[in-house]
Amino acid sequence: MTSSSPTLNSYRALPDPEGHFGNFGGRFVAETLMPLILELEQAYKDAKSDPAFKKEMDYYLRHYVGRANPLYFAERLTEELGGAKIYFKREDLNHTGAHKINNCIGQILLAKRMGKTRIIAETGAGQHGVATATVCARFGLPCTVYMGSKDIERQSPNVFRMRLLGAEVKPVVSGSCSLKDAMNEALRDWVTNVEDTFYIIGTAAGPHPYPELVRDFQSVIGNEAKEQILEAEGRLPDQVLAAVGGGSNAIGLFHPFLDDKDVEVVGVEAAGHGIHTGKHAASLSAGKPGVLHGNRTYLLMDDDGQIKEADSISAGLDYPGIGPEHSWLKDIGRARYEPIGDKEALEAFKLCSELEGIIPALECSHAIAQVMKEAPKMGKDKIILMCLSGRGDKDIFTVAEALGVEL
Amino acid sequence: MSDAIIGGQDRIAKRFAKLKEEGRAGLVTFITAGDPDPEASFEILKALPEAGADIIELGMPFTDPMADGPAIQEASNRALAAGMHMRKTLSLVRGFRDQDHETPIILMGYYNPIYIYGVAEFLEDARNAGVDGLIVVDLPPEEDAELCVPTVEKGLSFIRLTTPTSDDKRLPKLVQNTSGFVYYVSVAGVTGAGSASNDQIIEAMARLRRHTDLPIAVGFGIKTAEQAADVAKQADAAVVGSAIVSKIAESLDENGKATDKTASMVTGLVRELANGVRNARK
Repeated sequence: MTSSSPTLNSYRALPDPEGHFGNFGGRFVAETLMPLILELEQAYKDAKSDPAFKKEMDYYLRHYVGRANPLYFAERLTEELGGAKIYFKREDLNHTGAHKINNCIGQILLAKRMGKTRIIAETGAGQHGVATATVCARFGLPCTVYMGSKDIERQSPNVFRMRLLGAEVKPVVSGSCSLKDAMNEALRDWVTNVEDTFYIIGTAAGPHPYPELVRDFQSVIGNEAKEQILEAEGRLPDQVLAAVGGGSNAIGLFHPFLDDKDVEVVGVEAAGHGIHTGKHAASLSAGKPGVLHGNRTYLLMDDDGQIKEADSISAGLDYPGIGPEHSWLKDIGRARYEPIGDKEALEAFKLCSELEGIIPALECSHAIAQVMKEAPKMGKDKIILMCLSGRGDKDIFTVAEALGVEL
Repeated sequence: MSDAIIGGQDRIAKRFAKLKEEGRAGLVTFITAGDPDPEASFEILKALPEAGADIIELGMPFTDPMADGPAIQEASNRALAAGMHMRKTLSLVRGFRDQDHETPIILMGYYNPIYIYGVAEFLEDARNAGVDGLIVVDLPPEEDAELCVPTVEKGLSFIRLTTPTSDDKRLPKLVQNTSGFVYYVSVAGVTGAGSASNDQIIEAMARLRRHTDLPIAVGFGIKTAEQAADVAKQADAAVVGSAIVSKIAESLDENGKATDKTASMVTGLVRELANGVRNARK
């Protein structure tokens, strides 16, 4: 095992050529998939150095996704909390209502370059499924989305949206019937349809090169935010903060700031009913390193290495693992990860809706809840930049139920 | 001489040498350790050689068997629900070895339970239990340093899966640290799905033979004695998994518990498959 290198002069130089972030990452996949993964790695290398690819990407991000989205000063929330100034990076204003589309545009352009004719994806909250179905409609490729049957139940609006967009939504009834099982099923599809199929993974996890390429496609969040905060405040924020499930919006925000040593990096995990109850999704706070879904990373599991079911009110955070780069950032101490439970997230959901007129997704409500803890401890001259990763319309039924309201 | 000293690669090599002598292919049977419960699983395991299994693959149960179809997923779930875990899997092998010194046992599964057990400790315990080799689905040669190299150093075989996507460029890398035999997965897909045509298998065997002198076992999608016989005409061994664990599922009562038919239904199928394999080249 190699250890994470303390001699790195940049936190942005990984993964290494084998896809490792220190001890984490790698390519733990069935042999049938290896040639595909190597082909993808090469295709991504070529695309990265091709100005035409960047131009195409920029075009769709601007004209189709609607970027750049605003960096918004959450004035009333700032006043309410009485501490640091709070800025929201408004990924909720993207086409399809979340950050997920940034990555989907990148991956479908790659799929087209590689001549693939069929797209598959997994989804938890349904945001990545909707974003994938959207780009598949736009680029005219057939799309199959795997979704846990439990998630289909709690995210029915997104299921309908995917179907409207022409995607086939396949319910997954194995295991915990949520995101990890959807990912298993997508991998099973991929291993069966190796010739024509491109797997659009929705988060910065999975076998190399996925964690790298998803991070790169999502880094548009941090790159824009950096420019915008410099314009608004003339300086960098004191803290960047985002919710982590698999961790793609978080790594997208964090990565451009990692070498800015004075910027504190905070990720927020879903603590579900509370870490002490065992019913949570906080793999960094309460898990240990293991191997699942193609990479080594922090996972929730028992002493025998069996994967545990995650639990969170937010379907998008309901995953027993985390992207490998987050595991590395935690271990080397460059980022700190804090748990937020269902109840705190619901409070934040309400507060943000009432004070800012923004209904946030339950995923980033966890981030808001952590901001509610951080901001009052910081002086009024400090700045927190938080990723508001998605809109909460999809969650109103879940929230109504949690609040005991009948719709 | 203790079994630990007889050691992994030897038992496999001896078995293939014997098959060659007999002028026939072997039958490799897969069951999941602890399916449907540890006791019934042990009964099935013990009965396999007599029913005609030449080599036994024993699945290490895992919650997330990403490369397996529904039959083996369910077998894994049954075993875990019955309280199976890695130490019990190894004691199952130990119990088997007490009475069978010749039939090779290959543990097959996913890396995480081994990683969590601790690679060095696992290899030590597996060897002492009488395990001969490992097939770990999610460890391609790119990750050989993790487990493959330590396994071979310990004197056990690390059996690699080769697939329809393994071309002439990829194969040298695949056979490099492989020992015991090479497992050819005849269709791209999960276990228990469709099967390959004879022509496809003939072509694949020719490709593989250009890269290795090791025996070649062919599996995936073999459900009947006829299919097993077809494969046995080309390959050194035929592997059957999903069909066998489906038979276990079929034998259970309405509460999913083993019945007095469980072991006999499995051995009945294994006998048929063995007949197919043994008569294939006659």
